[in-house]
Amino acid sequence: MASTTMEPEADAAAHHHPALQHQFDSLEQQKESSTLGMWLFLVTEIMFFGGLFTAYVVYRRTFQGVFAAASHHLDVTLGAINTAVLIFSSLTVALAIWSAQMNRRKGIVFFLVLTILLGGVFLGIKTVEYSHKFHDNLVPGPNFHFDGPSPEKAEIFFSLYFIMTGLHALHMIIGMGVLAALIRPAWKGRYDASYYNPLECTGLYWHFVDIVWIFLFPLLYLLGAHAR
Amino acid sequence: MDTTATVSDTTLASPETGYERPNYLNAAYGMRSWLLTRDHKRIAILYLISVSVFFALGSLFALLIRLELLTPEGDMVQPDTYNRLFTMHGVVMVFFFLIPAIPAVLGNFLVPLMIGAKDLAFPKLNLASWYVYNLGGIFTLWSIVHGGVDTGWTFYAPLSTQYSNTYVISAALGVFINGFSTIFTGMNFIVTIHRMRAPGMTWFRLPLFIWSHYATSLIIVLGTPVIAITLLLVAAERLLHLGIFDPRLGGDPILFQHLFWFYSHPAVYIMILPAMGVISELVAAFARKRVFGYRFVAFASIAIAVLGFLVWGHHMFLAGQSIYLSTIFSILSMLVAVPSAIKVFNWTATLYEGSISYQTPMLYALGFIGLFTIGGLTGTMIATLGIDVHVHDTYFIVAHFHYIMVGGTIMAYMGGLHYWWPKISGRLYPAFLSRLSALLVFVGFNLTFLPQFVLGYLGMPRRYWSYPPEFQVLNVLSTAGASILGVGYVLPLFYFIWSMRYGKRSGDNPWGAIGLEWDTPSPPPTDNFHTIPVVTRPPYAYNEQEVHDRTSHPEARVG
Amino acid sequence: METNLPLFPESASSVAPQIDALFVVWSVISVFFTLLIAGLIIYFMARYRRRAADEVGLPERAPFWLEIAWSAIPLAIMLAMFAWGTQVFVNVYRPPADAIQYSSIGKQWMWKFQHPTGQREINTLHIPVGQPIKLLLQSEDVIHSFFVPAFRVKQDAVPGRYTAVWFEATKPGVYHMFCAEYCGGEHSKMIGSVVAMEPRQYEEWLAGGPAGRSVTASGADLFQQLACHTCHRTGTAGMAARAPRLEGLFGHQVRLEDGGTLVADENYLRESILNPMAKVTAGWQPIMPTYQGQVTEEQLTQLISYIRSLAGEGGIESGSGAGGGPNEVGAAGGQVDSPEPQTAGPARSETDPQ
Repeated sequence: MASTTMEPEADAAAHHHPALQHQFDSLEQQKESSTLGMWLFLVTEIMFFGGLFTAYVVYRRTFQGVFAAASHHLDVTLGAINTAVLIFSSLTVALAIWSAQMNRRKGIVFFLVLTILLGGVFLGIKTVEYSHKFHDNLVPGPNFHFDGPSPEKAEIFFSLYFIMTGLHALHMIIGMGVLAALIRPAWKGRYDASYYNPLECTGLYWHFVDIVWIFLFPLLYLLGAHAR
Repeated sequence: MDTTATVSDTTLASPETGYERPNYLNAAYGMRSWLLTRDHKRIAILYLISVSVFFALGSLFALLIRLELLTPEGDMVQPDTYNRLFTMHGVVMVFFFLIPAIPAVLGNFLVPLMIGAKDLAFPKLNLASWYVYNLGGIFTLWSIVHGGVDTGWTFYAPLSTQYSNTYVISAALGVFINGFSTIFTGMNFIVTIHRMRAPGMTWFRLPLFIWSHYATSLIIVLGTPVIAITLLLVAAERLLHLGIFDPRLGGDPILFQHLFWFYSHPAVYIMILPAMGVISELVAAFARKRVFGYRFVAFASIAIAVLGFLVWGHHMFLAGQSIYLSTIFSILSMLVAVPSAIKVFNWTATLYEGSISYQTPMLYALGFIGLFTIGGLTGTMIATLGIDVHVHDTYFIVAHFHYIMVGGTIMAYMGGLHYWWPKISGRLYPAFLSRLSALLVFVGFNLTFLPQFVLGYLGMPRRYWSYPPEFQVLNVLSTAGASILGVGYVLPLFYFIWSMRYGKRSGDNPWGAIGLEWDTPSPPPTDNFHTIPVVTRPPYAYNEQEVHDRTSHPEARVG
Repeated sequence: METNLPLFPESASSVAPQIDALFVVWSVISVFFTLLIAGLIIYFMARYRRRAADEVGLPERAPFWLEIAWSAIPLAIMLAMFAWGTQVFVNVYRPPADAIQYSSIGKQWMWKFQHPTGQREINTLHIPVGQPIKLLLQSEDVIHSFFVPAFRVKQDAVPGRYTAVWFEATKPGVYHMFCAEYCGGEHSKMIGSVVAMEPRQYEEWLAGGPAGRSVTASGADLFQQLACHTCHRTGTAGMAARAPRLEGLFGHQVRLEDGGTLVADENYLRESILNPMAKVTAGWQPIMPTYQGQVTEEQLTQLISYIRSLAGEGGIESGSGAGGGPNEVGAAGGQVDSPEPQTAGPARSETDPQ
């Protein structure tokens, strides 16, 4: 668990910190609590995506050939670019936290904005990918068309593809919203080395969303790609 | 409530003195002060109201089900109506009553009090949880009002995804949303228990109520998201005609069952573990004795939480699951009986050389031990593969899980409510009436569900709107029991409401109980403690002098 | 069933006494522990009732051995009952080799049955006493569950795959048959009877019914009709065929294109007919068209029954399959005229793939 130990002086000062909520005795206790809470939330998220991953893995094993054939319709290049974009955005969100620890107010804002922009790039590329699928009639539904044996199983592949990447995109949008909400207090100088808990928790969340993609990309795009 | 306050602080609050010390109830007035509160105690009261509404609704459905089953011919309602009744009974009772009841009402009120904290770690999240709960409830009620759902609370595919033309999506979304409220509560408890214990409150000084809520919260956090995604897939499948669980489109309906039970079996432990925590508190308080084998009872909670995640396949012995898998799930399911047995034996042994009083909460607690024993033993019977072949999906199963959920969870919930009611309201309820209701619940319950064990072994399948005539006598007995049970549940509703205004003042500690929650006034002040307590000893350290000193003024004390 | 208040179900199958014994022993154990706990509670309540307002209990003395004892004793009981219960389950689960196969299709809301000799029934199933019977279960829509309380057997019928249940009636009678898995609207009307008859009466009943073609013979007809035989050639012609030989296939190991192996059972044949690309036999081109949507559940059963009947013909090692196919069809067709030998023929030759 990530936690930075606090200087005694900072701790003493924290007793009167405006951000201290009434139910806590100290800012440190508050920080530990919210970090632990965030980790627990991420556990629930892991279990949430875990259900989907389980379904995917089960079908991937059962319908190996069809799923491999269907996955060839995904754009590995765009997926790879998106992976790079997301990893870079994880770096920028970490730099925003680092800026807070260094008491660099403008740095926080800069890196928050950059992270949001990178998120936007990811979603933009994702939209391009989705529209390709739409043009190729690969969106599950009445217009679904797939050349090859067992199109109904390919449809399951694309159902899972859209649900998994769609939910991931939804998490990205929520994350971008939270990051955007942090810009104003950051600009006002609310976060510095003594208090940057909201930044840290949002950063954890952003890293998590990144990691989900790190699993989605090989599972959906790469598995069986050598066979094409 | 009268609120003129001028008398000195040492005087016992009573109608005669007309004095009430500042507490969480009189801290502020008006709807706003309740609807925007962040006080865990007020949120517990809000939950108490919501949960009671859903309990009443679920009970109404149960009553209609039992009335229909009075005669073998389906002559009261149409089969489609009957199917909606038992589905809504299950959905409302499981997701909107049994799962939140003890954690969200008693747990919310007591977890901070018992560990010596000013509030839960995330008060806003706690309030949000109540709103989310009600939002989920509204979705579910919407589907009820518009004609209901008829898939069974288990939402089995492909019935739920392709064949049912009822309001599956809104009901599933209701349950999905409700899941968040449960998750919020669970996260709040874990963080609070980890980070906000009073000085000196080590893990082995925690009351067993806290241990069991900790174990429960672990299950909530790990399990609930899985049902969320499962129900989301069901809704998506209906809405977009996907084929993930539809065999006609290559999907696998058994995968749905795996995902569903991966949560829904541990959910049983979400319901029973907090109940076990309540019982540990009640038995200790009314035997005035430390719970026998404290550490064993504490670790048994954790063991149940862990094992609970490894047994879901016992719902699928007959669904075409491989025999090897079934064997593994069978033995693991039976292992759950060991920590459960440890608890039952330890509670019973706590009575040995105790100083037992038969107050209403204790009657519920002793009833719980008996009924839970039956529920647990029949549970191991149906985990036995050879028996499950015959009794699976019959009334034997129905009887078994009602012994755990009604005989276990609701008995404990009622017992806990009676025990902490003076803490919550500062008032006492009528002793005779409350004992009578406890007795009615116990007798009515057994009369309702014992015959169902026989019915089940005779082969009466569950979810039947009509049935062969030879099953009638047992069904009549069951319906008769249900009406007695109903009276037992209605009585407390009246005398609790009555006691809020007319009940005798209880003083701070009418039972002479020991525990941090009793170290503060009843009802407690908004910040729980005037000074944060320092803990220096293990829980349940009963001694005569202290009991004497701490018990409320003689006119308000009980027992 | 005559009494108004039955307390124990009628027992009418070979496995019922095993399950009953298990149940009775378990019940005795349960009642013993329930009474033990209840007795202790009542005794302690009386013995240690509070006598003075401020009285407290004596300090706890929890000996370690006691905790171990009441953990170990339940554990031992669990392990013993688990072993026994699993053994009974294996008996209930695995059909004996000489079981005759009937087919059963569940649909909202009825059970359709077909005897191996071709007779069809709905919601009633006539069977001979003393003969193990294996029901091949399928569902046309949602999950159903076949349940005969007097036989103590139950099995879900899951759409998209086959499951099986077997039983051997021990005494003649009419027994309830239920759908145990909730299946929507008229679930509680998806009930019927199993009529167990003495074998001689069963033969008479069969003869009295409308004669149809046997399941296997219908399957053979379909095999021609759907042009399966043009690729899956039987007999010596099979040497030059474009598809694997089906004689001696059922119940034997198949090597797949992707290197895996499996035993050809009903579910494998089902998948291969509906979705031929899923598991291609090693050494053959994936050229078979899908029959999804072209055959009904019932026809599928007939086809599989026919392929199964080829299992005994010209086994893989013997290679003397000449004329095996035609002979089989003839024999199966002949069964319609004389119901007597129907228990011989295809069903007997089954070797269950366990």
